[in-house]
Amino acid sequence: MTGSDSAGSTGRTPTTDEFIKGLWRENPVFVQVLGMCPVLAVSNSAINALAMGLATTFVIVLSNTLVSTLRNFIPKQVRIATFILIIATFVTVVDYLIQAISLDIHRALGAFISLIVVNCLILGRAEAFASRNGVGRSILDGLGMGVGFTFALLCLGGVREILGNGTLFGAAVFPSGFQPWIVMILPSGGFFTLALWLLLFNRLRARQAHRQATLAEAAP
Amino acid sequence: MAELIQTDRAVPPPSWPMFRALVGIGMLCGLLIVSVYVLTGPVIARNEARALEEAVFRVLPGATSSHTFVLTDDGRFRSAEAGTPTDSAGAEEGTPTYSGMETEAGTPTDSGTPGREIKAGTPTDRMVHAGYDDNGSLVGIAIQAQGMGYQDVIRVLYGYDPTRETIIGMQVLASKETPGLGDKIEKDTAFLANFEALDVGLTPDGRSLQHEIVAVKGGEKSQPWQIDGITGATISSKAIAAMLRESSAQWVPAIHRQQAIFTRLEVTDDRQ
Repeated sequence: MTGSDSAGSTGRTPTTDEFIKGLWRENPVFVQVLGMCPVLAVSNSAINALAMGLATTFVIVLSNTLVSTLRNFIPKQVRIATFILIIATFVTVVDYLIQAISLDIHRALGAFISLIVVNCLILGRAEAFASRNGVGRSILDGLGMGVGFTFALLCLGGVREILGNGTLFGAAVFPSGFQPWIVMILPSGGFFTLALWLLLFNRLRARQAHRQATLAEAAP
Repeated sequence: MAELIQTDRAVPPPSWPMFRALVGIGMLCGLLIVSVYVLTGPVIARNEARALEEAVFRVLPGATSSHTFVLTDDGRFRSAEAGTPTDSAGAEEGTPTYSGMETEAGTPTDSGTPGREIKAGTPTDRMVHAGYDDNGSLVGIAIQAQGMGYQDVIRVLYGYDPTRETIIGMQVLASKETPGLGDKIEKDTAFLANFEALDVGLTPDGRSLQHEIVAVKGGEKSQPWQIDGITGATISSKAIAAMLRESSAQWVPAIHRQQAIFTRLEVTDDRQ
């Protein structure tokens, strides 16, 4: 977990920073490397990635809201049990909602909807942020983390679907002669794609840190 | 997550706030789940019914309406949908009348949506779905089958035409076969063409199939009861052949014997 959680919680009013940090600086997948199980498993197509991302966002926002609302009511000793209870409830809710919206998506996501419960990203946000901050800030935090998670899943899902199936959101992107790289849809393709994205993100962050360091040195 | 480690273990904490928090939140969560379940239940049931009906129409080309039948323990078929017009003339001697069966099974008569209510607790592996065309004549009967594939259980729906004694369509309902290889059983047009006219003719005594369905190597199909396998998906193709072989050996003789139930119903059934 990154250290800026406690630093950010000194201010009491909700700020856009709570939202922005999840997108880039503390991106759950590319920076915190949390919740890898669904990231690798359901990012074999862009639509699955989007559905999983939205489901996780829904759960994280609602669990953050409830945890933050009840944070003074929950004794420290039983907080993890209550957090899991709350998270499991919203996962069950989202499971029914997805079944009601589309059985095809439900079938494609399979067991991974129920496994949102054990996505450590959500418990991590409840423990590290929502249980220490006000409702407004917690909602923004959850929203930012959820959108960051969805963005990362889409990065993986998009690449894997384009290369592995020649389509994006089901629409063909290559001329008909394209031979899909089946390995990209298989689990190993998930690892390759994740590795390449992590490489890119770490490189970008290293360059940014380097630039800031030189700027700081140059400044009087 | 260093924050998770408790340091103040010395004083035993008061139990009432813990009890209150766990029970209170547990009840709140339970209430939430129950309300969502009640709200989404009908929508989900409708989605499932529609998905099944679409699959039935796909494996029975030309069908525009469907009707579900259940195989009872005594080996006879009867209508599984409430609001069905009764047909007292049994297909064979001793066939229980529909009305008698319905009462026995306790079908709710005040059902709000007649004709779409499938009795709760009916196992799906005993149900078949008859499909009828615009004129109300029987196109065929859709049957579910399942068997072990390469990764996990594969579930399929296939259409059987009792007059031509052939399988006229097949669709995979659920499979976890390898993407790009095994999952060709769902999309490969050449493979699916096997099931447009797959011979399941019965022996003259009507007890068993004349020829078992078998999978052969791709391109080697020479008989109407053979299935051309997919190169690169041999196990999945063979799995489909095996589940159709088993299922047809069980269902086809039974359906053939009681064919009249399926064709008779459409005469008396005033489906909208």
